[in-house]
Amino acid sequence: MTFKQLFTSSIGKKFTMGLTGLFLISFLIVHCGINAMIFFNDGGDTFNHWAHFMGSNLIVRTMEIGLFLFLIIHIVQGLMLWSQNSAARPVKYAVSGASTNSKWYSRGMGLLGTLILLFLVLHLYHFWTPSRLGGIAGIHSLEETNLSAEYNSMTVHNLYAEMLLVFQGNLWVVIVYVLGVISLFWHLLHGFQSAFQTFGLNHKKYTPIIKGAGFVYSFIVCLLFASMPVAMYAGWVQ
Amino acid sequence: MEHYKMNLTLKVWKQKDSSDKGGFETYQVKDISSEMSFLEMFDVLNEQLITEGKDAIAFDHDCREGICGMCSMYINGKPHGPWEQNTTCQLHMRAFKDGDTIVVEPWRSKAFPVLKDLMVDRTAFDRIIQAGGYISVNTGNAVDANAIPIDKKDADDAFAAAACIGCGACVAACKNSSAMLFVSAKVSQLALLPQGLPERKTRVLSMVAQMDKEGFGNCTNTYACEAECPKGISVTNIARMNREYLNAGLSSE
Repeated sequence: MTFKQLFTSSIGKKFTMGLTGLFLISFLIVHCGINAMIFFNDGGDTFNHWAHFMGSNLIVRTMEIGLFLFLIIHIVQGLMLWSQNSAARPVKYAVSGASTNSKWYSRGMGLLGTLILLFLVLHLYHFWTPSRLGGIAGIHSLEETNLSAEYNSMTVHNLYAEMLLVFQGNLWVVIVYVLGVISLFWHLLHGFQSAFQTFGLNHKKYTPIIKGAGFVYSFIVCLLFASMPVAMYAGWVQ
Repeated sequence: MEHYKMNLTLKVWKQKDSSDKGGFETYQVKDISSEMSFLEMFDVLNEQLITEGKDAIAFDHDCREGICGMCSMYINGKPHGPWEQNTTCQLHMRAFKDGDTIVVEPWRSKAFPVLKDLMVDRTAFDRIIQAGGYISVNTGNAVDANAIPIDKKDADDAFAAAACIGCGACVAACKNSSAMLFVSAKVSQLALLPQGLPERKTRVLSMVAQMDKEGFGNCTNTYACEAECPKGISVTNIARMNREYLNAGLSSE
């Protein structure tokens, strides 16, 4: 069996989803950890320090290419699976008892993933484009919006000020972010434990631990993420 | 338990053949005993239809004791109806009450085309078994059944997997029409036993390749299959097949 045959088979596609998913899960830990430094409430000094490190370190920047690659594979493969799976049942049932045999979020991974993707477009526009590309079409550009800061006698992007600019006084943005994070929570709750089943790890002793860890991980990461725009909007961090 | 009679409204899928579009027909049945099986209720309805000179409803059935895997009705949104670990033939009318409306549909999957009414073509499962769901045995004297020691746990797990009757409820229940629970039960049953070892790697690769070819969907671990399986086949078999497949796929040339 060639690698191509392996990864284009139905089970191979699951391996791809699980592998890229677990990588994205590990990315979220770092992303959430560094962003949570805004809660030091020190005018963004600690946060900006680490944001600058992440933006300038060569290894991290190289990993960012891998992150985008894995993200795109996860999205494209997910959408392809969604269309294949829906084509596998051309005539739908008139009555569905699905709620009695499975969790809604396990059946709604495609929809939840699409909601996260829509949120991600807005999120990258808000933070990734100004930080990496200097803002698209002059919006959020460092010069026009006073987002540049001095750091070790270098002019760097003040990502903390960027966060304040995006969230303060923009209720609809905060609501969209919180909804995006809620979608992420349900997606992670299924995805985390599902990845282990895909790799063949289903065990009487370990599966309850994996499911528990998945819940704790999803809950903490999403609670922290959701509290960031809320805290900035409410003025808890200045 | 108290016996009672009931009048029911049945909405049943009628379809002439695989090329017909099909649609629901509504029927009334009267004085159905709570002690009848679901299929006996259908027998009563069919007798009634034949007497009236109408077309009887075609449905699959054989042993009517829950072990052949032939009956296959999707009742009120659930394969084999509301009872857990139960086949349609073992579903009894005491699961319903007077005045109920029951909607009965065939299994829905591209890989299981409807032949007529509630009968679907499940030969896709046969072709998956033919692809590798067997062991090769040399001719000659019969080998002593207990000559090879087998770990009790493995024997029990293999037996539990072998309880699969191949009815296709897993495919019918799965939102993706995935056949993973069926195929994984058949792979597991042989992979766990020493007799299955010589063909262990080629078996899982061939059976999964055939499964993909038949047009079943991909597993997304919703576990609806396990919840609806009349024989309680566990999704740990799917995890085992994933392991078997990864191992065979990476190590084969």
